[in-house]
Amino acid sequence: MKLVLKQPSILPGFGLTLGFSLTYLSLVVLIPLAGLFARTATLSWERFWHTVTDARLLAAYRLSFGASLAAACLNLFFGLIVAWVLVRYRFPGRRLLDALIDLPFALPTAVAGIALTALYTDTGWVGRWLALLNIKVAFAPLGVVVALTFIGLPFVVRTLQPVLEDLDPEIEEAAASLGAWRRHTLRRVVLPELWPVMLTGFALAFARALGEYGSIVFISGNMPMKTEIVPLLMVMKLEQYEYAEATAIAVAMLLISFTLLLIINLLQWWSGQRHAAVR
Amino acid sequence: MSIEALGISKHFGAFAALKDVSLRVETGELVALLGPSGSGKTTLLRIISGLEKADAGAGMVRLHGEDVTTKGVGYRRVGFVFQHYALFRHMTVFENIAFGLRVKRRSQRASRQQIREKVEQLLRLVQLEWLAGRYPAQLSGGQRQRIALARALAIEPQVLLLDEPFGALDAKTRQELRRWLRRLHAELHVTSVLVTHDQEEALEVADRVAIMNAGRMEQFGTPAEVFHHPANEFVMNFLGHVNVFHGRVEGGRAILGPMEIDYSGRPHATTVPARGLVRPYDLEIEHHPNGKPGFAATVCHINSAGPRVKIDLTAESGEAVHVELAHERFRALALEAGQQVFVVPREVNVFVDEGQG
Repeated sequence: MKLVLKQPSILPGFGLTLGFSLTYLSLVVLIPLAGLFARTATLSWERFWHTVTDARLLAAYRLSFGASLAAACLNLFFGLIVAWVLVRYRFPGRRLLDALIDLPFALPTAVAGIALTALYTDTGWVGRWLALLNIKVAFAPLGVVVALTFIGLPFVVRTLQPVLEDLDPEIEEAAASLGAWRRHTLRRVVLPELWPVMLTGFALAFARALGEYGSIVFISGNMPMKTEIVPLLMVMKLEQYEYAEATAIAVAMLLISFTLLLIINLLQWWSGQRHAAVR
Repeated sequence: MSIEALGISKHFGAFAALKDVSLRVETGELVALLGPSGSGKTTLLRIISGLEKADAGAGMVRLHGEDVTTKGVGYRRVGFVFQHYALFRHMTVFENIAFGLRVKRRSQRASRQQIREKVEQLLRLVQLEWLAGRYPAQLSGGQRQRIALARALAIEPQVLLLDEPFGALDAKTRQELRRWLRRLHAELHVTSVLVTHDQEEALEVADRVAIMNAGRMEQFGTPAEVFHHPANEFVMNFLGHVNVFHGRVEGGRAILGPMEIDYSGRPHATTVPARGLVRPYDLEIEHHPNGKPGFAATVCHINSAGPRVKIDLTAESGEAVHVELAHERFRALALEAGQQVFVVPREVNVFVDEGQG
């Protein structure tokens, strides 16, 4: 029997489109990545290890991953609320609010960084009041979380919106008619439906936050061991013409990020399993 | 448990979905709300359930005499079945049915064992025991709706409300489920209201039928009553195919298109516009006039595939007329397309435009 690889399709030529996809992917993603690894390989193993486990870099890993994780969690929670409000309620200014969500996508991140810094310094509009409570945002790790939250919000909202729109209000009515209270309905009916897509939004916001550079260098103050992020240290290496060391950090970052995203994907696959199995 | 919905009005923005509608359903009865889409039947059902509220101050809902107008759906203990099932996709059939039992307050909640027994009993009732471990997406439409019904029955509802429960199913499944629902209702005797736009379904399943149109109730009676004694033109039109003859009544006669019949309902001499409605099977075909009032017509088309033969004719005056004959009668007449025949109505329902003349 002949193995059938292609299904009849309106797209021309399976061979042609697959070839194009692979070429494109190679040019844009795989070759640059391979270059990264090749450059890193010029370092001795010892030197590589020394570079990626430098105490200053370890502190930066902690901040980068910690703040990204915190920001993604915040975004998941508030993004869900924002998406819910935008989908379920009709109120004046809804379209404006909806358009505002995309702003962090479009704004050059450096602009966002400068604006946030101005707001949150000890003399800024918001920072002034927070200073009274002894909360320091700008030039502190908290500032990094604030900037990353700003950057990541649209990823969660835009991922959740279409799914929320498809969510049939009848299932909530069904739950209510069976005597479930609102919080039961939310916990046992609505959230389980949203889990897979919430994970996707979380992963996107998290990945975006890991790669963020522009806004953070302004708000963090870049204090060694305290508020430095990993991309900043890469840039510093580049400025000192230590290209191999810079790529070594990139490789380390890449491997950790990849592992984390893989875990999130596995979680998603696992939670989507039950749906997928029955479709 | 009786249901009383009294003087219900409901607006959606400027649109009046219900205009002062009242419905009384006796304990153990199955009532069908029948009407075209937009007639307000689903809105009335949702107001009875508590999923929707009537306009402020316009109407009262009582379940078994208790005023529940301001109470929410959770309090009313109604079993609601949705057209598109509204099953919880991420739960198995078993978990779906158990949902209503598991969300109860701890003090009222049954033990795990009791819940298991109850769910198994309901699965037996809907004859789907073997599906307990499946997810809704693995079931057929008919199975899903039976599971949705079992889920609604799990909370031992005072009343069962069904919103076009068979609307999304194919014709054959719909007919099977209709009979099955009839039997189930005979077994359980839970007071039920069923919304449908399918007159056949309403007439077959319900003890009484309420016919709704444009936010009002046109007639409320047993299937036989509404079918044989339609209160008005809309009801007769909605309950099956009819031939409509436009005309007038004057001085005890009705002149309706090509025919003229006695009409005792209005002996005055004044002329009033009227319409005569005749069901296709209430028209007889003869080869020659037999002395009864009728009219000449030409056979256009014959469709003999079906329990009755459907014949399209054109009257002398140009109106299209549809007749249904039994096969034996059709064979005895030996009709062919193009033939000249004489059409005699057995029963004409005359509806006069009130308020005129």
